[in-house]
Amino acid sequence: MIAKRIIPCLDVKDGRVVKGVNFRELADVNSPVELAQYYSACGADELVFYDITASAEGRSLFTDILTQTAACVFIPLTVGGGIQTLDDFDRVLKCGADKVSVNSGAIRNPSLIRQAAQRYGNQCVVLSVDAKRVDGQFRVFAKGGREDTGLDAIQWIQHGVQNGAGEIVLNSIDTDGVKGGFDLEMLKAVCDVVDVPVIASGGAGCIEHFVTLFHTLPNVDAGLAASIFHFGEVTIPALKQALAAQKIPTRL
Amino acid sequence: MLAIVDYGVGNLFSLACSLKAIGVEAVLTGEAEVLTQADHIILPGVGAFGDAANALRRTGLDRAVLQAAERGTSLLGICLGMQLLFEYSTEYGTHKGLGLISGCVQPIRPVVPADYKVPHMGWNGLHFPKGRPASPLFRLIQEGNCVYFVHSYYGTDCEAHTIATAEYGPELTAAVARDNIYGVQFHPEKSGSVGLNILRAFCEL
Repeated sequence: MIAKRIIPCLDVKDGRVVKGVNFRELADVNSPVELAQYYSACGADELVFYDITASAEGRSLFTDILTQTAACVFIPLTVGGGIQTLDDFDRVLKCGADKVSVNSGAIRNPSLIRQAAQRYGNQCVVLSVDAKRVDGQFRVFAKGGREDTGLDAIQWIQHGVQNGAGEIVLNSIDTDGVKGGFDLEMLKAVCDVVDVPVIASGGAGCIEHFVTLFHTLPNVDAGLAASIFHFGEVTIPALKQALAAQKIPTRL
Repeated sequence: MLAIVDYGVGNLFSLACSLKAIGVEAVLTGEAEVLTQADHIILPGVGAFGDAANALRRTGLDRAVLQAAERGTSLLGICLGMQLLFEYSTEYGTHKGLGLISGCVQPIRPVVPADYKVPHMGWNGLHFPKGRPASPLFRLIQEGNCVYFVHSYYGTDCEAHTIATAEYGPELTAAVARDNIYGVQFHPEKSGSVGLNILRAFCEL
């Protein structure tokens, strides 16, 4: 039985881990390499590194950090943020990433997913989607959740999977940062139309939210969160014990 | 000396790092000559079976690996590298493998329940076949320990050589062995401390 994955997300800017609450306020947390080692030792099943740097210097700092992390952390690493071209895929895969997550880059360049899947395999390409309810529709937002693209999220995700995305990260802007639980309604709408792994993101505030997620939506493969892990509000060992106690398949 | 066969398929950075973490400086090589000097060889691989098998043949490394296996060199195939140990694969046509493990590589999709996702991707527990001692490869781990898988094809008709399976609907081949030849379908270099212990056990063979 395959285990449900617990994935801490590290937003990295200028070599430091940060976390945006509703994508706005940023608070410095810790060194990415140290945090990654800590999470791996605690039993995290995978790590996501999200590069939110804008400058070229920051970008090379990010690949340095990625290389350092891959040299000492031996669980799958997904990298996202600023992935616009196949060269970007190449750059982060060479530094030890296992999967590459595309978001705005796929909106700007609709052939990116297909090209990347052909070159690196579907399992390497993750489509990350920031979605929000607008006029009774789940709408795709770009630029870190600031820009309404007008795209229907469900259609966009279906399209991405057809083009070769091997995994979906669905981040609900409506629940992100609120700590009231994952967006089960939006996640169900996505799980109903795709047959690739779906990672739930946005809204986890306590252990019970993960239990509810996997009980309510058995097709969701993983739960992703950032600040609740970084600030120790939820510890991964306690979370995994709770999932196991609820008979949810878990890697202990 | 431990050699990692570099035949232009896949990224060997994580594998080399994981070996370094257990104190083994691996030599990445695409030269047959270097393989003759190795006492341990790792055959990695990602991508499609046919492309990888052709790349091995084009570089002449297939013969070097076969000769090393014949001499008794400890050999470990990882992921597609494990599949290449088999006689043949049906991935996009029929392609010949190294034939070191009897059996063939076939798609997972027809054998797993319809609502199971393919690829089989994520952490899954290892089961050891009943009535046989555990393989020396698993000397430092426990049955049930989870390892990280990413694959859409799996080894079949290899019961006599199977040293571990993982349940995904049916039990899928997770590891095989014959004498000095080992293959793991999962990625030990991405399987945390359990994976490092499997690599350590291999290096100590």
